Amino acid sequence: MSQVADTSATPLDPGAPARGDHTAYDGLRLRALTKSFGGFTAVRSLDLDVPRGSFFALLGPSGCGKTTTLRMVAGLETPTSGTITLAGQDITYAKPYRRPVNTVFQSYALFPHLDIFENVAFGLRRRRQKDVDRRVQEMLELVELTSQARKRPAQLSGGQQQRVALARALINNPEVLLLDEPLGALDLKLRRSMQIEVKRIQVEVGRTFVHVTHDQEEAMTMADTVAVMNGGVIEQMGAPAELYENPRSTFVANFLGQSNLVEGRVLRRAADVTTVDMQGIEVSVPTARVHTDSDAGWVGIRPEKVLVGPPGEELDAPGNTIPGGVVSDVSFVGVSTQYLVRMPWGQELQVFSQNTGRTRLFTQGEPVELSWRPEYAFLLDRGQDVAAGSAERAGA
Amino acid sequence: MNGLRWLREHLVLVLGLLVLAYTFVPIAVVVLMSFNAPASRNVYAFDAFTLDNWANPCADPGMCDALTRSVQIGLLATLVATVLGTLAAFALVRHDFAGRSATNLLVFLPMAAPEIVLGSSLLALFVATGFSGRLGFWTIFVAHVMFCLSFVVVAVRARLAGMDDHLEQAAMDLYATPLQTFWRVTFPLVFPGILGAALLSFSLSFDDFIITNLNAGTTTTFPMYVWGVAQRGVPMQVNVVGTVMFLVSVAIVVVGELGNRRRLAARA
Repeated sequence: MSQVADTSATPLDPGAPARGDHTAYDGLRLRALTKSFGGFTAVRSLDLDVPRGSFFALLGPSGCGKTTTLRMVAGLETPTSGTITLAGQDITYAKPYRRPVNTVFQSYALFPHLDIFENVAFGLRRRRQKDVDRRVQEMLELVELTSQARKRPAQLSGGQQQRVALARALINNPEVLLLDEPLGALDLKLRRSMQIEVKRIQVEVGRTFVHVTHDQEEAMTMADTVAVMNGGVIEQMGAPAELYENPRSTFVANFLGQSNLVEGRVLRRAADVTTVDMQGIEVSVPTARVHTDSDAGWVGIRPEKVLVGPPGEELDAPGNTIPGGVVSDVSFVGVSTQYLVRMPWGQELQVFSQNTGRTRLFTQGEPVELSWRPEYAFLLDRGQDVAAGSAERAGA
Repeated sequence: MNGLRWLREHLVLVLGLLVLAYTFVPIAVVVLMSFNAPASRNVYAFDAFTLDNWANPCADPGMCDALTRSVQIGLLATLVATVLGTLAAFALVRHDFAGRSATNLLVFLPMAAPEIVLGSSLLALFVATGFSGRLGFWTIFVAHVMFCLSFVVVAVRARLAGMDDHLEQAAMDLYATPLQTFWRVTFPLVFPGILGAALLSFSLSFDDFIITNLNAGTTTTFPMYVWGVAQRGVPMQVNVVGTVMFLVSVAIVVVGELGNRRRLAARA
């Protein structure tokens, strides 16, 4: 399938040193950005390039430094060290009211004493802009709140308040719009429709959006590029599909979706395929998906990529068959069936089987064999915690 | 039988009306007495209806002098206490400084201390610092600012502490300078607390007797005047003043309530 074809390095490697002069870059660029609060380092020497006009998501569990990063870009926190440049301008220490950046706060922070119209007009009036009435009307039309212009924020529903917060920031035509978990307070159904709405508006206005969230689905749905943050650093950055299909660390493999990680040892490295001994079975991993230099690794495979069948039956996969599994748990969830299969080495692997009707359901205690296409597997460094990211994901 | 049952079903209403009556009967007496023309020296009995008291409120010049003085002190003390108290409340909520928690505690103390203690210790201070010959308008003013200050700090601090920090950050994010942020966002949101504190200060100041009496020297405020004449018989004009004060308070409450209702109606 094409989803595994693109395994090249990410175009914006966060680990790369500063390239050339800052004036050449027209997007948002962070270099060695660090923020410490007393003894605690919230953001650790962060390098990041956000291309102009992109929808960029900073994804991570709470406390990973994503909100602090956003607040430094907004000017609400002063960096301990490092630089922030925007369209070539150094704004590292610029006052929040002097930078072309606007924020949609998690709590919306609408002014309760002003009506919707005046809330949206606030930024224009402070800068003594012309055409305030017309521009506010246009913006209210964009977020479909024209009829609510003379109401106070407290009279609107959560979703409407969210749109006012968006309109109030967007009307200033910021170089970068910062969104700090703006959908966190909404219920699930409204959140899904707002995700589509915000994405539509971003495409329509063509501005750079930087969206902070702990919701992996939200990040993948909305953003062109997702940066996964953990412990004050960026673990991996790239297009949503690329991050999901080819994670480079156990944290990303577990935080973004779910993964089976099995201990393995590298036997042979070739230009295209690396062969790994996985619990006594030889499996192949595309070399482009090997993210460790050491011989000890974790063989990773997503649950929906694993095929399950009765012992001895030919499975539709050119990879090796892994025998000796026993179904230990079955959850039928309609669109798919989720199995837990206990393997001979004691580990339980997750298998998500689509209910296409081609395979029958297996029952608890039934012996089965597993297989997967080698191009879906990835290899991670054994030095990393096998459970990294799964607890944060559950808590998020 | 029927009457008993009616009473049982309307017990809360009956009790409520009784409590209201208990509160308002004294005020009703004041209003009534403002129209009294006493026939004898016993001014506490209603004899005949008259509008003379309302027509000549300053029949006793001593009363109007005292009243004017009380209003002057009240306005001045309110202004100074409100400004100082508001600034103090901002410092206590917004800034972290050495001794903040101690200050938070000390600010409460004048509210808790008995007035007689505050008044006499203030007098001792004035005397010790050589102001014994100059007790009067300004010493009363200083005393009133002192006890009003605590109430202002407490009221404004509560309002400020309940405000979302993000509102000011949002204002700055939307190109408001710190000064604009204060006048456009912070002040309008804290204003109800400041207004409430000012009204409370004025009524505390206008009303005060114990502390004032100790620090007034030969100066007389309205409460001191009333207390002084009460032994000989209060002039009926005192009731006129009382009625006016009551009407002013009612007017303030009604205006505030109407404003609230209009806001609520706009919301519906």
